[in-house]
Amino acid sequence: MDAGLAIDVHGLVKRFGSKTAVDGVDIQMPRGEVWGFLGPNGSGKTTTIRMICGLLRVTEGEGQCLGYDIQREAARIKSETGYMTQKFSFWSDMTIRENIEFVSRLYGLPHMRRTVDETLEKLGLAHRQHQLAGALSGGWKQRLALAAVTMHKPQLLLLDEPTAGVDPQARRDFWDEIHELSLTGMTVLVSTHYMDEAERCDRIVYLAHGHKIVEGTVPEVIEKSHLATFRGEGAGVRQLAHALKGQPGLDSVAYFGSALHVSGRDAARIRSVLDQNSSGDVTWKEVRPSLEDAFISLMSEAGEDAREYT
Amino acid sequence: MRGPFASLRRIWAVVLKEAVQMRRDRITFAMMFGIPVMQLILFGYAINLNPKHLPAALVVEEQTPIVRTLVSALKSSEYYDFVMQESDPRKSGDLLARGEVAFVVTIPSGFTRDLVRGDHPQILIEADASDPAAASGAVGNAQAILTYALRHDLKGPLASLADKGPPFDLVIHQMYNPEAKTSYNVVPGLLGVILTMTLVMITAMAMTRETEQGTLENLLAMPAKPAEVMLGKILPYVAVGAAETAVILITARLIFDVPFVGALWLLLLGVAIFVVANLALGFTFSTIARSQMQAMQLTFFFFLPSILLSGFMFPFRGMPEWAQTIGEMLPLTHFLRIVRGVMLKDTSFSQLQQPLLALCAFTGVVMVIALLRYRRTLD
Ligand SMILES: Nc1ncnc2c1ncn2[C@@H]1O[C@H](COP(=O)(O)OP(=O)(O)OP(=O)(O)O)[C@@H](O)[C@H]1O
Ligand SMILES: [Mg+2]
Repeated sequence: MDAGLAIDVHGLVKRFGSKTAVDGVDIQMPRGEVWGFLGPNGSGKTTTIRMICGLLRVTEGEGQCLGYDIQREAARIKSETGYMTQKFSFWSDMTIRENIEFVSRLYGLPHMRRTVDETLEKLGLAHRQHQLAGALSGGWKQRLALAAVTMHKPQLLLLDEPTAGVDPQARRDFWDEIHELSLTGMTVLVSTHYMDEAERCDRIVYLAHGHKIVEGTVPEVIEKSHLATFRGEGAGVRQLAHALKGQPGLDSVAYFGSALHVSGRDAARIRSVLDQNSSGDVTWKEVRPSLEDAFISLMSEAGEDAREYT
Repeated sequence: MRGPFASLRRIWAVVLKEAVQMRRDRITFAMMFGIPVMQLILFGYAINLNPKHLPAALVVEEQTPIVRTLVSALKSSEYYDFVMQESDPRKSGDLLARGEVAFVVTIPSGFTRDLVRGDHPQILIEADASDPAAASGAVGNAQAILTYALRHDLKGPLASLADKGPPFDLVIHQMYNPEAKTSYNVVPGLLGVILTMTLVMITAMAMTRETEQGTLENLLAMPAKPAEVMLGKILPYVAVGAAETAVILITARLIFDVPFVGALWLLLLGVAIFVVANLALGFTFSTIARSQMQAMQLTFFFFLPSILLSGFMFPFRGMPEWAQTIGEMLPLTHFLRIVRGVMLKDTSFSQLQQPLLALCAFTGVVMVIALLRYRRTLD
């Protein structure tokens, strides 16, 4: 196994009863990078992350995290990993400071008082440290959680939808912090549903129905989707959407603001469909597919066809 | 939709929803049937308000037909089960202190001779009155049983003895609680009952609260071992148990005037082990229950036999064999022997070794179960 890999797992499978939540996922993630973990609801992102950090037993497959076996050395992985859960899971009935203190004690951090003070200061919650954590707004809860899971300076950070329900400014701040942590050498795996966040990652892993569908940098993922996208603008373009949806050759038809994006594998076929359904004012132009086009098309395909693209 | 019909439909919707949820929650469902059945059996069969067949020791210093008549009358009254014959009165006293027998019946040598002479010899019954309810039937009826039995033997030349009332003197020593005050028995017992109820319930919430609030995932993701979490969650409540003990003991003294004749350190040793046993049990419940509601139900399920079969409410030795067997498995049973022994009888450490060991064994077993049941992953 490669020592330069933070995460190195092969053929991970997780079944809950008869339901297969994760089905043969491989991830080889080098140290020091920031990767995005994407996929529709229920595609198995959370389950995969939990298996990587030893919170769920794997049904099949094997692998290492930070060089430790994910099945046998979960305890060591836990002490060198920071895992931020999808749902806020700090203690609402304890104050902000008490939460931070608890974490620093559990990890046995030196100079506890000073470390806690510094963390609160950096977090910008020093003046609210005696409020209950449950009283914080969504954005602050997420920042508190990030501060708490990074206190022990883990080598690997697993963030499960850390910005869900957070306002745009707070999201931007949050990502600035992620990149700062990455500069200190931390490896970061972030699951997200936001395209702009995916674009901030070094690489993207896309999951659907428990399968890894595609992996690569943003341009690579767009490239691998083999997509042609046409952008239609003009009055009446919105009414066209209905007529176009479900036409053979069109993988996806989606609104982009006032415009319509139509994507598919075969540019010529799309053109002919568009010509047949033309309406006076609408002008169509072939554009470079965006990451979102690629994902919408991946998602609509994953339903019936879950083959690997990589 | 308006009107009473719409309202009925909504009620029906809620009824169906509750029925579905009730079926999903298996433990609650089991409790709804388990608890009434258990109550029925315990109250119906196990509990005996006029306990018979209490173990007794017999000290007879002579064997004559009259003595044999008296002994067999006590036996056939069914109040006394003579489990041993003793000739050494010191040993029989020890049996009483340890609670192995409820009575010691002594018939001294020369009894028959004195009886025939009309000298009214003594029969001594020493009763463990620390539980007045247990002793009352056997003690209260002894005079009548013995007098009636002698009727048959006092014939012919002895018939004149029978006319002048009982030809013997029945001496009853109510040991440990001469005034037969029930509070002497109940208040020390309450210490055990209150500790059981509160401590098991508090710790039964320990892990279920983490599960319900979604904080378990976080706790499991951090480097804390199961035994560390268990001890960490138990230890704060040892202090709670200590405070409760202090309050109850002071109240027992000031309000109920319960005597304290034994060694305080011995009682505190017993309390300490008992508190840890209950906390460990509660923690085990919390690894089994999936919600706080279920944890409460498990607590109650345990509490009921503890109160009924431990000898707290009803005399332990008066229960049928199977109920005593269950009772022996409950920590409260052993604790009651310790607390009543120390407070009322000045029982010594060596006499209490057995219940102390039983409590330790219980704690150990329960802790092992807790660690086996502890969820290390979210599966
Ligand atoms: N403990 C569990 N028991 C049974 N099924 C589970 C369990 N955990 C997850 N699943 C199922 O496994 C599948 C994958 O779930 P998972 O939470 O990993 O998806 P996800 O990609 O994180 O979704 P989301 O974007 O909504 O967070 C889902 O269908 C889910 O219902
Ligand atoms: Mg998830």
